[in-house]
Amino acid sequence: MEQGKIVKVAGPLVVAEGLIESKMYDLVRVGAEGLMGEIIEMRGDRASIQVYEETEGLGPGDPVDATGAPLSVELGPGMLESVYDGVQRPLDVLERMAGAFLARGVTAPGLDREKRWEFTPTVSAGERVIGGDIIGTVQENVVIEHRIMVPPGVSGTIADIAPGAYTVTDAVGHLTTDGGDTIALTMMQVWPVRMARPYARRLSAAEPLTTGTRVIDTFFPIVKGGVACIPGPFGAGKTVTQHQIAKWSNAEVVIFIGCGERGNEMTDVLMEFPELVDPYSGEPLMKRTVLVANTSNMPVAAREASVYTGITMAEYFRDMGYNVVLQADSTSRWAEAMREISGRLEEMPGDEGFPAYLGTKLAAFYERAGKVECLGADSGVRNGSVSVVGSVSPPGGDLSEPVVQNTLRVVKVFWALQDQLAFQRHFPAIDWLTSYSLYLDKVETYWNAEVSEEYRGRRDRCMAILQRENELAEIVRLVGLEALSPEEQILMETAKSIREDFLQQNAFRDDDQFSSLKEQDLLLKTILLFHERAIEAHAAGAALKDIFAAPVRERITRAKYLGPEDIDQYESIASDIETQLVGGGANEDARAVYAGGER
Amino acid sequence: MREYMTTRDIVGPLLLIESVVDVTYGELVELEYPDGTKSLGNVLEVNGDVALVQAFEGTRGSNPSGTKAKFLGRSLELGVSRDMLGRVFDGLGRPNDGGPEIIPEKRLSIYGSPINPTARDFPDDFIQTGVSAIDGLNPLVRGQKLPIFSGSGLPHNELAAQIARQAAVLARSAQADAVGEKLEGEFAVVFAAMGITFEDADFFTQEFRTTSAIERAVLFLNLADDPAVERIATPRMALTAAEYLAYECDMHVLVILTDMTYYCEALREVSAARKEVPGRRGYPGYLYTDLATIYERAGRVKGRAGSITQVPILSMPDDDKTHPIPDLTGYITEGQIILDRNLHRRGIYPPVAVLPSLSRLKQKGIGPGKTREDHADLSNQLFGAYARGLQAKELAVILGEAALSDTDKAFVAFADAFEDRFIRQGKHEERSVAETLALGWELVALLPRTELKRIKDEYVAKYLPAEKEA
Ligand SMILES: Nc1ncnc2c1ncn2[C@@H]1O[C@H](COP(=O)(O)OP(=O)(O)O)[C@@H](O)[C@H]1O
Repeated sequence: MEQGKIVKVAGPLVVAEGLIESKMYDLVRVGAEGLMGEIIEMRGDRASIQVYEETEGLGPGDPVDATGAPLSVELGPGMLESVYDGVQRPLDVLERMAGAFLARGVTAPGLDREKRWEFTPTVSAGERVIGGDIIGTVQENVVIEHRIMVPPGVSGTIADIAPGAYTVTDAVGHLTTDGGDTIALTMMQVWPVRMARPYARRLSAAEPLTTGTRVIDTFFPIVKGGVACIPGPFGAGKTVTQHQIAKWSNAEVVIFIGCGERGNEMTDVLMEFPELVDPYSGEPLMKRTVLVANTSNMPVAAREASVYTGITMAEYFRDMGYNVVLQADSTSRWAEAMREISGRLEEMPGDEGFPAYLGTKLAAFYERAGKVECLGADSGVRNGSVSVVGSVSPPGGDLSEPVVQNTLRVVKVFWALQDQLAFQRHFPAIDWLTSYSLYLDKVETYWNAEVSEEYRGRRDRCMAILQRENELAEIVRLVGLEALSPEEQILMETAKSIREDFLQQNAFRDDDQFSSLKEQDLLLKTILLFHERAIEAHAAGAALKDIFAAPVRERITRAKYLGPEDIDQYESIASDIETQLVGGGANEDARAVYAGGER
Repeated sequence: MREYMTTRDIVGPLLLIESVVDVTYGELVELEYPDGTKSLGNVLEVNGDVALVQAFEGTRGSNPSGTKAKFLGRSLELGVSRDMLGRVFDGLGRPNDGGPEIIPEKRLSIYGSPINPTARDFPDDFIQTGVSAIDGLNPLVRGQKLPIFSGSGLPHNELAAQIARQAAVLARSAQADAVGEKLEGEFAVVFAAMGITFEDADFFTQEFRTTSAIERAVLFLNLADDPAVERIATPRMALTAAEYLAYECDMHVLVILTDMTYYCEALREVSAARKEVPGRRGYPGYLYTDLATIYERAGRVKGRAGSITQVPILSMPDDDKTHPIPDLTGYITEGQIILDRNLHRRGIYPPVAVLPSLSRLKQKGIGPGKTREDHADLSNQLFGAYARGLQAKELAVILGEAALSDTDKAFVAFADAFEDRFIRQGKHEERSVAETLALGWELVALLPRTELKRIKDEYVAKYLPAEKEA
C-alpha cells in the first residue's frame, strides 16, 4: 500500500501529501504509532484526514499509511454485551491491554478473533442462496440467536457447510457463485459505516414500541421503526428518559451510543444493565445491549464516527429480523464534532458555525431508521426494524438553534423537555402541550386490539382536559380560582390528577418505573371515572370541598404503584368512587360508613 | 536544541515562526524576547515549516526580528511529588511561595489521558458537606463534578471554603434507618485560581492556613494581573497534581477551580487571534470539548483507592444561566449548585437556588446504608412542596393572601420556613445529615398529611414527628 507524508497538523485534522490512489473515506494509519484516521477531503495530491486519536507529537514528515479500505465495522457474533469506542475498538479489551487510561496507538479488533462459537447450519450443500439469506445460527447468549447471513450482493450455490465451533474468521462453508468462483462463508461481515445496509423493501410501521413510560406510551407514542427526538436543556431529563427506553422498551436489541457525553453515565449503564432484569426475557438487560461510548473527553473525530458505527450495527441486527432500538445521546455533540472538523477544513460555515451540510447529514442518519422487509429469498416473511431516538442538547435550551430545527424536519415524534417542569421535579419533564407524535393514528388499530377500544378515546379526553387546564390557569392567575364555575374547578382538579397521578413517573422507584399499556389504560379510566362522578355528585348537590376530600383520592394517587398482579384493585377503587361520590346528604352517609371501615 | 530567530508575525498571544524543522503538534516552546522577557508557549498548528505558537505568558516585549524560540521536543509537563502538599505554585506550576523547587517523582504531561469508561468506578460515596441545602437536596458524592454557578458579589468563595472545611465521608451503616459515623481518610485539596483577584485568592489561602488545611493543600495561582493565556494551562496543572495524589498516592482529592469564566475568556482570546469561526457569543465552537477535557478528569478508577471530586466555580455573566459558559458546563458536569441574588439580598446564606440546582448522582449516593432510607423521598417532597409554595406566593402577590386556599396557605408557610430554617445556616455551622433530615421532617409536618404524596407511607409513619408520637 502507498505511503504519504504529513505536511500539516491542526488539532484532530492532519493533511498529508502523496496519497494518490487512496479514496475518500479510506482508513489510513497516521504517524509511527499508526493512529487511526479517515480521509475526509482530497485536493490535488493533498488529503485531509480526521484522526481518531490525540495528535499531539505528530509533525510534518511523519508517515501516513494507506489501507485502501473505508472505515468499517465488523459484524458478527460477539457484539452483544460489548462496549466499544466510536470506531468499534472494544474498550474492555483496551483496558486489559493498556490500563485504566486510554493510550494512543493501542487497538484491537471489534470482534474477538480467538473465541469459538457453536454454529448450526440451516441450509445444506446444493441449496441456492442469495444475499441476506440465513445460512445458520449461533446462540450468542441465552437471549439472542445470532443469525448468520449471506453478505448483501453475494449469491450462488452452497458447496459445503458444516456445524461446529468456529471463530468469526473461520470458513463455516463455501459458496459457488454463478460465475463459478468459490467464496468462503464466515460468520463475520465487514461493512463501511457510512453506507446504509440494503433491504428488500421499506414498510409502513404501525406497531407501538412500548417503553413503560406513561407519558410516552399513552400520549406521544413511538412505533417500531419510528424516529423520535428529545431536546431539552441540561438537567431536564434526556439521559434518564433514554435510559428508561433502553431498559424497558419491547425491542429485541438495544444499541446505546454515548456520543460526547459523560463518562460516569456510561459506567452507570455498564454497572447497572448486567444487574437489571429484562421484563420480556427475564435475563439481564445487558444481554440484548451493545454500547458505543465515545465520551466528551475522548477524541472528537471518533465522536463524529460513533453514530455511524452504532447505526450500522443496528441495521445488521435488523437484517436478521429483529426489532432494534438505537439511542444516540447526544446528537448535538455529534453535530459539534462535525462543526469542529469543518472549521479545521476551513469550510464556509452556515448557521452558528455549523457546516452547511448539517441538515443533510442529520436527515441521512435518521433515514437509516425504519421497518423493512429483510433481504433474502424469504423476503416478505422476515421483517426487522430500527427505531432511532436521538437526544438534542440545545444551547441555553433554545429550540430555534440549527440542530433542533434540522432534526424536527425529519423526526415524527417530539418529546419536548421543559426545565420549569424539572425544577418542580415533575418527571419525566416532557411538556404535554408542545410535544407531539405523528404515529398516534397508526397505533390505534393495535391499541384497539391489544389494550381496549376506549384507550384512544380516554387518551384524547385527558389531553383535552390538560389543554383546557392551560387556558383556565391563565384566568386563575389573573382573578383567582373562585372565578371558575364548579365544573371548571372539577376539571382543574382532574387535570392536576392527570399530571400527578399519571404523567409523573419516578424512574428511580421500582414500583413506578414501568407501566404496561393495560395498566396505563386502567389508570386513565380510573381518573376519568372520578371526574365524571364528581360532576354528577356536584350536580346532585354535593359540595366541591367534600368531593375533593373523598378518601378514594388517596387510592387513586397511589394506583400508579400497583403492579400487574394487582390489576383487580382498580375494580375496588372504582367501586369506592361509586360509593363515595354521591349527591348531597347521601354523600355524608357514605363517608361515615367508609370512615368506620378499615383504611 | 532547535532554536530559531525566524518569527514572522505576532498577533495577540500568537507567534508565527518560519523555517522550522521537525516541530510537532503540542510541542513546548521557550520564547525569549529582545527585552529579556521569557515566556513558555506551545505549538497550536504546524504547517510545513511554519509553526503557530501560543505564548502562555503573553507577547509583550517581543518583536519579529529579536525573538528567540527554542523547541523543546516534549509537551508541557508538571513535575509531581507528594512534597507538593502545602506548597503554592504559579499558574504554570512553578513554586511561588519562596520555597525550594520540587524534586519530581515523575514528570507528567498536563493534558492527561481520558479514563477508559470501562475502568471507571461509579461514584456512590456520600460526602457530608454539613450544608443542608446540599446534603439534603443536592448531595455531593466522591468522584463527582459539581460546579457552583454564581455571580459577582455572591458568596461562592465562602461556600466553597465551607465545603472544603467540612467535607467528610460517612461509614456505611448496617441499618437502613441510621446514619453512619464520619470516616477518617487521607484527603487533600487542590486549588486552582484563574484570573481571580488577589483578595479572593488570599481569602482561600488564609482560610486554608487558619484551619491548617494548608498542609494538605496544593495551590496553583494565576491572578487577575497574571498573563491571561497562562490560565489555559492552570486547571490542567492542578488536575495533573490531583491525579497523581489520587491515583498514585491513594488520596481523596477535592479540586476547586475558580473562576472558570476567566478560563473560557482566555480560550476565546486565543481563538479570536486565530480568526476561527466562532460559536455562540464569540466563544470557540470547541468550547464544550475543551471544558470536557477538564471536567471529565473527575472520578474514581476501579482498583485505586483515591478519587477526584471537582467543585468548579464560575460566575455567570449577567446572572444568565443560558450564557455558553454555564450552559456548556451544565451539560458536562453532574449537576450544579446555583446561587441566587434574591436570596442573598434577603440575607440568606448560603443563597442556594434550590429548584434549578441539581445533583445527578444523588440517587446513587443516598439511601439505606449510605445516608438513610427516607432521604430520597423526603428530598423529593421538599422540592415539590417548595416549588408549590413559591407558586402560591406568586398567586398571593397578584390576588392577595385571602384568595389562597387553606392548603396553599400551608404551602406558603412551608416555603418561608424552608428558606429561613433549612436553606439558611451559619458559615461555620456544620449540620450532620441526620440533623438535616430531622429538620426536613419538621418542615414537611407543616403540610397536610394528604399532601405528602412523594413519600412512602411507611416512612411517613416512621419519621413524621406527629405520626411518630401518635
Ligand atoms: N423520570 C425521572 N424520574 C426521576 N428523576 C428524574 C427523571 N428524569 C430526570 N430525573 C432527574 O433529573 C436529573 C437530570 O436528568 P438527566 O436525564 O441527566 O438530564 P439531561 O440528560 O437532560 O441533562 C436526574 O439526575 C434525575 O435526578
